[in-house]
Amino acid sequence: MAEGLKIEIVSPERLVLSEVVTSVTVPGSEGYFTVMADHAPFMTTLRLGFITVTGLDGKAHVYFVRGGFADVSTEGLTILAEEASPFHEFDTGDLQAEIKAAEEELARAQTPDDKSYAQVLVSGLLNLAIEAGQINGTHIH
Amino acid sequence: MPSLKDLKNRIDSVKSTQKITKAMQMVAAAKLRRAQDAAVAARPYAERMGKVLASLASVYEGQSGAPVLLAGTGKDQVHLLIVATGERGLAGGFNSSIARLARDHAAKLLSQGKTVKILTVGRKGNDILKRQYPNLIIDTISFREIKTIGFAQAALISEKVQALFAAGEFDVATLFFAKFNSVVSQVPTALQIIPARIEKIEGEGAAATSTVPYEYEPSEEAIVEDLLPRNISVQIFRALLENGASFYGAQMSAMDNATRNAGEMIGKLQLSYNRQRQAQITKELIEIISGAEAL
Repeated sequence: MAEGLKIEIVSPERLVLSEVVTSVTVPGSEGYFTVMADHAPFMTTLRLGFITVTGLDGKAHVYFVRGGFADVSTEGLTILAEEASPFHEFDTGDLQAEIKAAEEELARAQTPDDKSYAQVLVSGLLNLAIEAGQINGTHIH
Repeated sequence: MPSLKDLKNRIDSVKSTQKITKAMQMVAAAKLRRAQDAAVAARPYAERMGKVLASLASVYEGQSGAPVLLAGTGKDQVHLLIVATGERGLAGGFNSSIARLARDHAAKLLSQGKTVKILTVGRKGNDILKRQYPNLIIDTISFREIKTIGFAQAALISEKVQALFAAGEFDVATLFFAKFNSVVSQVPTALQIIPARIEKIEGEGAAATSTVPYEYEPSEEAIVEDLLPRNISVQIFRALLENGASFYGAQMSAMDNATRNAGEMIGKLQLSYNRQRQAQITKELIEIISGAEAL
């Protein structure tokens, strides 16, 4: 495909990215998936994670997203995220604090529902920390 | 007739008032820019959300089993009015016009025998509505300490509203805010958020989207259920931003008026001050001349 894929990453506060790119890897709620041009229409919710956008020049850029969904239509890929920011704005210190808060919540949780919710949160955040570390290791921004 | 000194004092006091209103106008203008930018930046999200929701909601058309946030509880007995106003006054008719719209709406519902509950966002609206409907206000949220409204605040209100809805506290929720048209025009607006009002996609786009089979992950229902609460947050967020821009717009034009009025007043006072000064000089001259003639 010559013309590439149109991608838009939108957060409530602003339009984070609007570009034509080669491919995008998105953290869907049921696993990572990669979208390229002319993908079949598809919609999914997102989980906490990083979007990797490979531009037409072959360079990869990473964006952090939290909560929201991705909509692949004939026009392109639209990502509506409650929180979205370029990776360099992503603060690992904040993440550590959040992990700590989540772990405390897990320790406090009484009902099984609360417990499983907190557990999911903690593991999601820990996962994120690992992924962030990997990206830091392999990418130079 | 006030003395020269009195007039001088009054001129000075009006001048310092003018300085204050002038400064407030300039501050409002600077903040308006920021608020306007924020409102514009939030627009794409709300628009895309509306589009996606519209295409999803069309699935439920004419079918039962739609989520309650979309279809409603089937009753419209208890109404929740969410009234978003500013935290401060000195903004012309901004706060009172929103409150008036909400009050009229409440009065209409009450006369139809419906139950009305009011949730106020912002201190000013609470102050105004408290006078007339002290018993209807169930809660009030204030953002006094927060400088710039973010999505987190909207999510907070949204959670509160949804918790009330889940507890069966109301059937219909309407949001009141001032829509920002321009610096001189802010329109108080009522927007129904529960059950969700979905705008229909019309024209060619509608045909194109409905013919392409979509794949959903996890399932269509799960996505709709995930989306509807988000949509409420987005609508509230948008209303808050519009409100922010409207507030500064109203404040700016109110302060502009005040500055101009103060200017006029200073002009008038200065005129009568000069006249009186002249009269006094003339009087003194006459006294000196007639004294000299008498010699």
